[in-house]
Amino acid sequence: MAAVTERSNFGKIAWPVVAWIVALIFFFPIFWLVFTSFKTDADAVKPEHLFRFTPTLENYTNMTQNYDYWRFAINSVITSTFATLFALFVGVPAAYAMAFNPSRHTKDILMWMLSTKMLPAAAVLYPMTFLTKNFLGIFDTHFLVIVVLCLINLPIVIWMLFTYFKEIPKEIIEAGKMDGVNTWGEIKDILIPLAWGGIASTALLTFIFCWNEAYWTVRLTTIDAATLSKLIEGNRAPEGLFFGRLSAVSTAAIAPIVILGWFCQKQLVQGLTFGAVK
Amino acid sequence: MAGLTLRNVVKKYGETQVMHGVDLDIEHGEFVVFVGPSGCGKSTLLRMIAGLEEISDGTVAIGDTVVNDVAASKRGVAMVFQTYALYPHMTVYKNMAFGLKQAKTDPAEIDRRVKGAAEILQLGDYLDRSPRNLSGGQRQRVAIGRAIVRDPEVFLFDEPLSNLDAALRVQTRLEIARLHERLGNTMIYVTHDQVEAMTLADKIVVLRDGRVEQVGSPIELYENPRNAFVAQFIGSPKMNFFGAGDIASTAAAALGKDLPSSQEVGLRPEHLTVCDAANAVVSGKLDIVENLGEYAMVHMITDSGVSFIAKTEKPPQAHKGDTINFTIKPELAHYFDAQTGLRA
Repeated sequence: MAAVTERSNFGKIAWPVVAWIVALIFFFPIFWLVFTSFKTDADAVKPEHLFRFTPTLENYTNMTQNYDYWRFAINSVITSTFATLFALFVGVPAAYAMAFNPSRHTKDILMWMLSTKMLPAAAVLYPMTFLTKNFLGIFDTHFLVIVVLCLINLPIVIWMLFTYFKEIPKEIIEAGKMDGVNTWGEIKDILIPLAWGGIASTALLTFIFCWNEAYWTVRLTTIDAATLSKLIEGNRAPEGLFFGRLSAVSTAAIAPIVILGWFCQKQLVQGLTFGAVK
Repeated sequence: MAGLTLRNVVKKYGETQVMHGVDLDIEHGEFVVFVGPSGCGKSTLLRMIAGLEEISDGTVAIGDTVVNDVAASKRGVAMVFQTYALYPHMTVYKNMAFGLKQAKTDPAEIDRRVKGAAEILQLGDYLDRSPRNLSGGQRQRVAIGRAIVRDPEVFLFDEPLSNLDAALRVQTRLEIARLHERLGNTMIYVTHDQVEAMTLADKIVVLRDGRVEQVGSPIELYENPRNAFVAQFIGSPKMNFFGAGDIASTAAAALGKDLPSSQEVGLRPEHLTVCDAANAVVSGKLDIVENLGEYAMVHMITDSGVSFIAKTEKPPQAHKGDTINFTIKPELAHYFDAQTGLRA
């Protein structure tokens, strides 16, 4: 319960205005992107056609005709889905172990996992490229993209799940032990049903991170496993910037994830604020 | 059906030892209460019997079987947790059936047992509800029901009443007593509330700092506490303690013996009666009177500055600061060594 505080009339008006301004600032790039995607490349760079222009779908039709948008999209779906599933497959048992059977080193392990996120990705770019291309021969494969996406998100996945699992009273797990469930049963019959909301929002967030990941997906793929990030990057053409085309590709790349996020926003917000108040 | 035998049971967390060699014999059908202040190890001991904590040394046997290395669910024990620990995502029925399902019990048998337990606990109308929609008392009954359906040799209760309000606590206490009468199983019950211990137990185990201070029936502990700690822990309000310098000069005559300086005398508040100065065992100045109608708690301070309480039938006709003298029947006085606390 919020405390009752006095609010001036000025406050009643000013805060919503500030909120709207902030929201618009955040939304503006997206708006601009979508707006520009309906202009021709010529119109897109001309200031006089900023708002007055003839809308065209040309950029979108070109996209499916010239670059096979769907292949990139399917690659994104495959890599993001499997990376998320694998991350959960490893993350749920790991977080379970740390939440319910902590050792003296659990805190250190959690910190160590998080510390891997502090490593600049560029620092391992050369070894990664060399290893995957010349040594393992898995460069530009779905397998590689899935493994990389899974691993870079795993620390966050484990941290999030750990926080959710911590909220579950230890006694419930112990009651399960008394009732004779084994470790797998504890996870399947007690933990997962109880932490379902948390697991779902973790999955959703991981999926979004995977989908939007660009650094590795751009550098470790060429054609076969290239994702939508690569498609956007590919349209940053050397012969100059085709803003209309680039905007259309970008819009088409972010559309699925924005739609997914829109439908799941309740789940997302609940998941992200769960535990903050209790 | 079985009793329990604990032999030299030790619990260590790393280098820290929290249970120091507990020996205990519990007979079949006994209602045993572990009591003691917080941190005394009573819950740890219960959890070691349950199989939720490893036993660092010594043995726990249920019946004739040493269960040190037997999984919690295979020990023939069932536990009722302080927080109930119901599965929030399952209905009352499923909560009770879960353990039997894990044991691959025949569904018809599960149904029979769950319905049987629900009848005993008057939960019949609530079987399809989720725990969220139950009151605290009903949740507690489901937790007990979950234990009953497993038909255990030994019931373990870990402070089962501490989350209930005062009225419900008294009622549930009675229900647990009735349940014990009806089922006749061995029950071990942990509490820090000595009233629960006194009312429920066949046998009380008083623990302090991971050691058993005394084992005995409630009345034994009340009448013959082995040391000052047990004397003070059992009984409400607490027993009053006085050194040789705190009692009245006429005390030796009234008690029939001198109090050596190496000893303390313990006098229960309910055994003190008001008397004239000539027969006083202790006297002091009146501080506060709490009048509860059926009796009064008279808070006193001796001239030497020791606070004590007398429980009298009627509040004394006196004002704050007035001197009141109390005496006691000599056989009701308890003597303890001032150094060791042991009964003298």
